[in-house]
Amino acid sequence: MTALTLGRAINEGMRRALAGDDRVVLMGEDIGTLGGVFRVTDGLKAEFGPNRVVDTPLSEAGIVGTAVGLAYRGFRPVVEIQFDGFIYPGFDQLVAQVAKLHYRSRGNVRMPLTIRVPFGGGIGAAEHHSESPEAYFAHTAGLRVVACSNPADAYVMVQQAIASDDPVLFFEPKRRYHVKGEVDLDASLADAKPMGLATSVATGDDVTLVTYGALVQTARDAAIAAAEDGISIEVIDLRSLAPIDYESVAESVRRTGRLVVAHEAGEQGGLGGELIAGITERCFDYLEAAPVRVTGHDIPYPPAKLERHHLPDLDRILDGVDRVLGRPNSLSGVEAGAR
Amino acid sequence: MTPSDRDATGLLTRPDHFVQLVSPTGERRADPEYDPWVADIDADALARLYRDMAIVRRLDAEATALQRQGELGLWPPLAGQEAAQIGSARALRDDDFVFSSYREHAVAWCRGVGPAELLTVWRGSAASGWNPFEHAVAVPQIIIGAQALHATGYAMGLTWDGSDAASIAYFGDGATSEGDVNEAFVFASSFDAPVVFFCQNNQWAISEPVGLQSKQHLARRADGFGMPGIRVDGNDVLAVLAATRIALDRARRGKGPTLIEAVTYRMGPHTTADDPKRYRTDDELADWRTRDPLARVLALLAATGTDTDALEHEVAEEAARAAAELRTAVTTIPDPEPMSVFDHVYAEPNTHLARQRDRYARYLAMYDETDAAASGAGGGAR
Repeated sequence: MTALTLGRAINEGMRRALAGDDRVVLMGEDIGTLGGVFRVTDGLKAEFGPNRVVDTPLSEAGIVGTAVGLAYRGFRPVVEIQFDGFIYPGFDQLVAQVAKLHYRSRGNVRMPLTIRVPFGGGIGAAEHHSESPEAYFAHTAGLRVVACSNPADAYVMVQQAIASDDPVLFFEPKRRYHVKGEVDLDASLADAKPMGLATSVATGDDVTLVTYGALVQTARDAAIAAAEDGISIEVIDLRSLAPIDYESVAESVRRTGRLVVAHEAGEQGGLGGELIAGITERCFDYLEAAPVRVTGHDIPYPPAKLERHHLPDLDRILDGVDRVLGRPNSLSGVEAGAR
Repeated sequence: MTPSDRDATGLLTRPDHFVQLVSPTGERRADPEYDPWVADIDADALARLYRDMAIVRRLDAEATALQRQGELGLWPPLAGQEAAQIGSARALRDDDFVFSSYREHAVAWCRGVGPAELLTVWRGSAASGWNPFEHAVAVPQIIIGAQALHATGYAMGLTWDGSDAASIAYFGDGATSEGDVNEAFVFASSFDAPVVFFCQNNQWAISEPVGLQSKQHLARRADGFGMPGIRVDGNDVLAVLAATRIALDRARRGKGPTLIEAVTYRMGPHTTADDPKRYRTDDELADWRTRDPLARVLALLAATGTDTDALEHEVAEEAARAAAELRTAVTTIPDPEPMSVFDHVYAEPNTHLARQRDRYARYLAMYDETDAAASGAGGGAR
């Protein structure tokens, strides 16, 4: 085992993928000579050359669209979108082309693209640098969407995403890039947990708390804090946002009877609503209380000095836990129908 | 002549006027620069180009008729653009790869796409009609201009693979306003990608005239991207063949992309759902009819001693046979099975879709059982 930051773990995962398959190519803005604005591709151009790690012109549609052509040619492109909020110029190529070409070609043309997206807030950045656009892509048939939360998972999941014959949106929690964890660099991919499955990262009996990306660490901290009050929280790292591993979540909810979902993205049309609907269909008879969402507000991402009033943090998550348990909380006294 | 009229190799590209080797009345215009590229096109070869154009014109008319008779949901006719499509497609090698829009039926036909394959999409029977890798023709593209980037990426891959093949992107005048096309120009130029950007300027993007897309000749735009732009008479099959060969030769020699503006005219509607009488005049149509791509080739062949009556007769018979095959083929396209609606969304197993598929199968089965019960075969099965 080696202690690596999350960013470095993704770097090592891509290094292994580049070394193992000469059709893997990395494309993006500033990913070569600079090593990426977060240094996630550091050293890869020097090691594999400019035709494997390609600095591209500044055009997200161009990067994704040429990656489609490369996939036609049998390549396995790994595209970096520099920041979450920069993905929209590439949206048409992702949604109308990447997502649909396997279907449109009746299975003849595979689109084994990996689209890496640093996502989420908490770094005090300028506008368009802190967004959580994952729901757009989870809504799009033909795409798979995953989010990693820790170095060990990131190392394995990026390799699984690259090896997948389906296009994968790979969301990286940018505020956790520098968090360290133990990684087994020699781990066999064949034995690894599939990226489509959720993971229980803290066991508990009273509440099931589901999240992904940067908030997984926040949720674990919340579980530790709640334990001091005698509340036992099971924290599930969802990992795959499309498709959602409902079975793992349902297994937990059938034990706890209570569900809280947290994400940085806004509430409306978000993954939380989708997850709760899916779990309610499967676990209605087990639920002891209405499931609770703790999310970003439905606002454009706010200026840096306001982001702590937007992002779910430990206290807001615990308030959600109190709500689902019927303990005193921010909505105590509000009529049930108005909550 | 301005510097932009020449590329790095000194190639004259003439973006202000256009290259024409055969005039609308069939006169062969000598052109020291372009003639060497079609030196192999003798009377027999020219007659074969005429045959190609006559057959695709007949197939196109037949498909339009099939739509009118309810056999196809929609058809975007190519009428008027035969020379642009045949001249460019006949310049390609088998290992070159085509990324087309939705109107390049003649290009697909040149690449060996069969009649049923050609009509499948327009009948609404399946998402696509052919395997792109069998004919080196990508899934036709309806999002305007998106394929220009795909052709560019494919061409970048050709370079990295050490191949001397090329890709060609077909798009129209309207597409030149799309970001994807301009971004493709940037990528292709920066990476010296072996791609030919073949713009059929057919004057109209549904109801919008080309003047709304550009205040200058489209070929001139190439200069700003650092590639040569060739403006060619798109109704002159010989000139189109020469221009495409020049562009492909540049691509194969590692010189990068070329933009060809083939000036032509869409004689029919945008699609069978369109009514061009609402936006253009009979006079305009009549004017373009005098620049017909087929008539000028027949006139040239007649002037150089070919028995064009015999040729016309022979080709008309062959075209009629091809049209009859097309008409027969449309009825052989199978209707899709209901559950195939779920096929090929993903290449790998997907738990969510598998569940949805299973549920829809149960739903359909419920009606099967109801039908069976009604006929007395399965009463009480539930």
